[in-house]
Amino acid sequence: MSEEFKVEIVNPEKSFLVKDDVSEVVVPAFEGEMGILKDHISIISFLKPGIIKILSKSGDENYYVEDGIVEFKNNNLSILTSTIFNLADMDKSKQQDLLKQAEEEANKTDINDQSKYLADQKVEVLKTLN
Amino acid sequence: MASLDDLKKRIASVKSTQKITKAMKMVAAAKLRRAQESAEKGRPYSEKMNNVILNLSNGISDKENAPKLLSGTGQEKTHLCVVMTSDRGLCGGFNSNIIKKAKSYFAKILDEGKEIKIITVGSKGNDQLKRVYGDKIIENISFKESKNANYFDADKVGKLVIEKFEAGEFDVCTIFYNQFKNVITQIPQAQQIIPLNNEGEESSPEESYEFEPDEDEILSNLLPKNISTQIFKAMLENSASEQGSRMSAMDNATRNAGEMVDKLTIEYNRSRQAAITKELIEIISGAESL
Repeated sequence: MSEEFKVEIVNPEKSFLVKDDVSEVVVPAFEGEMGILKDHISIISFLKPGIIKILSKSGDENYYVEDGIVEFKNNNLSILTSTIFNLADMDKSKQQDLLKQAEEEANKTDINDQSKYLADQKVEVLKTLN
Repeated sequence: MASLDDLKKRIASVKSTQKITKAMKMVAAAKLRRAQESAEKGRPYSEKMNNVILNLSNGISDKENAPKLLSGTGQEKTHLCVVMTSDRGLCGGFNSNIIKKAKSYFAKILDEGKEIKIITVGSKGNDQLKRVYGDKIIENISFKESKNANYFDADKVGKLVIEKFEAGEFDVCTIFYNQFKNVITQIPQAQQIIPLNNEGEESSPEESYEFEPDEDEILSNLLPKNISTQIFKAMLENSASEQGSRMSAMDNATRNAGEMVDKLTIEYNRSRQAAITKELIEIISGAESL
């Protein structure tokens, strides 16, 4: 029996990525990283800023996301996100830009705890990339 | 009857109008294709989002304490209407159709003795509404600088709506936009987004999900996103509708201009011939009298 399942990543503009030979996906879920294999129980969770790792036969891919929702059902993994970048396409200057934005956001004083936490996460993740 | 010279000038002016409308039609057709494409590409996201929310709200155990964005504030006193129109004119009945739909809704709400507040998105809607409902308009947003509908803009509108909801400024929120069916048909829509209206969309009670963190927390995170998503969907539909409507309006205008040119040309030729005949008669009768 094959150990593969289907992943679909959609952003508001389009269907970003569809892959059906995926063996494992690691998503940055809100309460910690979560690895998903075939026949995982149906789950809905949401994402914090981080890296999505997709491991498949045709090669591994890494994506940077800022937010999103994951839904896993019947061996279909759907990831809805508004901000996503393929790490392979992301050059240093783009990373720096995002980092700068995130740092500005994190340094604002008039935001609530949750957005502060999310902004800090962004900074942390982006720093590890560089 | 107009002189030959006048007729000539009119023909020339109608012809140049025709050229403009023809060019606008071409531009609209090219833009329409792009807008339609992005409207279609945007559908999976909003559909998936809807699905997830449906599954969540079915799974929610404690209906009483459901987030307010889902269940409403428990009253329907103040209605917020987000009227989405275009920033440019010359697109047939596109804007007036939305306005008509919105106005009849306003009238109904006001008749029931409730209050309305209006947010206009797009300057054309604001122009048409401010005469009658000027005091009701609390915000006017326009995305003239953005070339295409994008999620960032939609998110701005969504955040504004949620901010006002949380401040308790309204109880029910409805968005007005044109749904794109095809180039000739656009259907003005009134869609209620707060509280979320899921009637008639019962999903089958299939296997239950595992939630991490729990339902309430996910829902309270997801619902604001859903507002932005719905607004974005409306923006995409609207921009496709706008181009479609403009295209058919300009097509009509081009055809009408063509008909007018034909009519004027016939009139021009007739009067030219009449003048020649008149001259000939004058010459002949002059020669006969000699």
